[in-house]
Amino acid sequence: MIGAIWAVFVRELQLAARRRAEWVQPLAFYVLVVLLFGLGVAPRDPTLRQFAPAIIWVGALLAAMLGLDRIFREDRDDGSLELMVLSGMPLPPLVGSKIAAQWLFNAAPLAFAGPLLALVLGLRGDPVWVLFIGLLLGTPTLMLVGAFAAALTVAVPRAGVLLPVLVLPLMAPVVIFGAGAVRAASQGLPATAPLYFLAAEMVLAVVFIPWVSAAALRNTLD
Amino acid sequence: MDRLQVAGLCVTRGDREVLAHLAFSVGAGEALHLIGRNGVGKTSLLEVLCGLRAPAGGTIRGQPQADELYWVGHRNGVHAALSPFENLRFWCRLAAMPTAGVGDALRRVGLWGLRHRACGRLSTGQRRRAALARLLVVPRPWWFLDEPLAGLDVAGIALTCDLVAEHVKRGGAVVLSSHQALPRTLPGLRELVLAA
Repeated sequence: MIGAIWAVFVRELQLAARRRAEWVQPLAFYVLVVLLFGLGVAPRDPTLRQFAPAIIWVGALLAAMLGLDRIFREDRDDGSLELMVLSGMPLPPLVGSKIAAQWLFNAAPLAFAGPLLALVLGLRGDPVWVLFIGLLLGTPTLMLVGAFAAALTVAVPRAGVLLPVLVLPLMAPVVIFGAGAVRAASQGLPATAPLYFLAAEMVLAVVFIPWVSAAALRNTLD
Repeated sequence: MDRLQVAGLCVTRGDREVLAHLAFSVGAGEALHLIGRNGVGKTSLLEVLCGLRAPAGGTIRGQPQADELYWVGHRNGVHAALSPFENLRFWCRLAAMPTAGVGDALRRVGLWGLRHRACGRLSTGQRRRAALARLLVVPRPWWFLDEPLAGLDVAGIALTCDLVAEHVKRGGAVVLSSHQALPRTLPGLRELVLAA
């Protein structure tokens, strides 16, 4: 069981190592979007600092959406999904392992780039740390919910726009609490409550989403 | 190993019924060759038998468990960015099987020289051979093969027929679909003609 989960994880690592563009491109997209916001306002405009948390969070959401479509599509198209279903191992942990690997390559770099971009937009001190912790707690939720939507739409050809339309509304709480935590920290208030909310959402997603995603994937074979 | 017995089986694809009131049985030392025109439901039937798809009606007795069967579908299940060696090793680890037989399996299907080339750069027939190599790493009693001969050259077809014959002689069971005639010398061969 652990061996099978590890096998899926290692396979994703091999694939990511072989196709670097797939996780470098979202990162480049993220940096460009945030920097364009900086170029769009007047130089040294203090309002940019106020909007920085929202810009960083929305940028991360959009960048993370880029690779989502592919997460199960390849496996379905080349028949690997059928073999995973027939491997004799329960599907949910295997799906969870795939999502974990996807987070590591597509979302974790965004979480680490976020604080640096926050510095560029003028945030300093505690809010930057709160933003970083928020991104570390929020991006797994984003990846999990996104993977569920990807599993639902895997049989739909060219689901490119459908996926963000399904996922982004569900991400509203993550943006509200993620950006809210940074705002609280900027005003010298404790940011623990919104961070706890982000953590709670992540735990809920980790517990339920591998199971519902596996059910959705199984359904596409029928 | 139990005999696979099917009675009154109905198979649907979406909301369309493709096969109705099908009855047959297959067991150790037999090879069942499914024959029928395109779209008659050979693939759907194989998917039902190996447990990928739920039947719409009827009973299946003695259906093999996931760890007693191999499934080679028309989609090969080999990832284009990984080599035959990596693909095979991955499937062994996924099913918690020893990987010691991977080299021999690749030699048998004639891919040893290409074992480190990405499957995306192999030909259709070579990818099919990589998929068939999965059957050989660790023996399992039931083989379900959907068009295993598609894309193979003459030597590849002969090889596949040899593999099926050896498997049947060892007491295994094979259910396969193919539009090509299989050699009459194949032990335990029976044909099942599917008609709408």
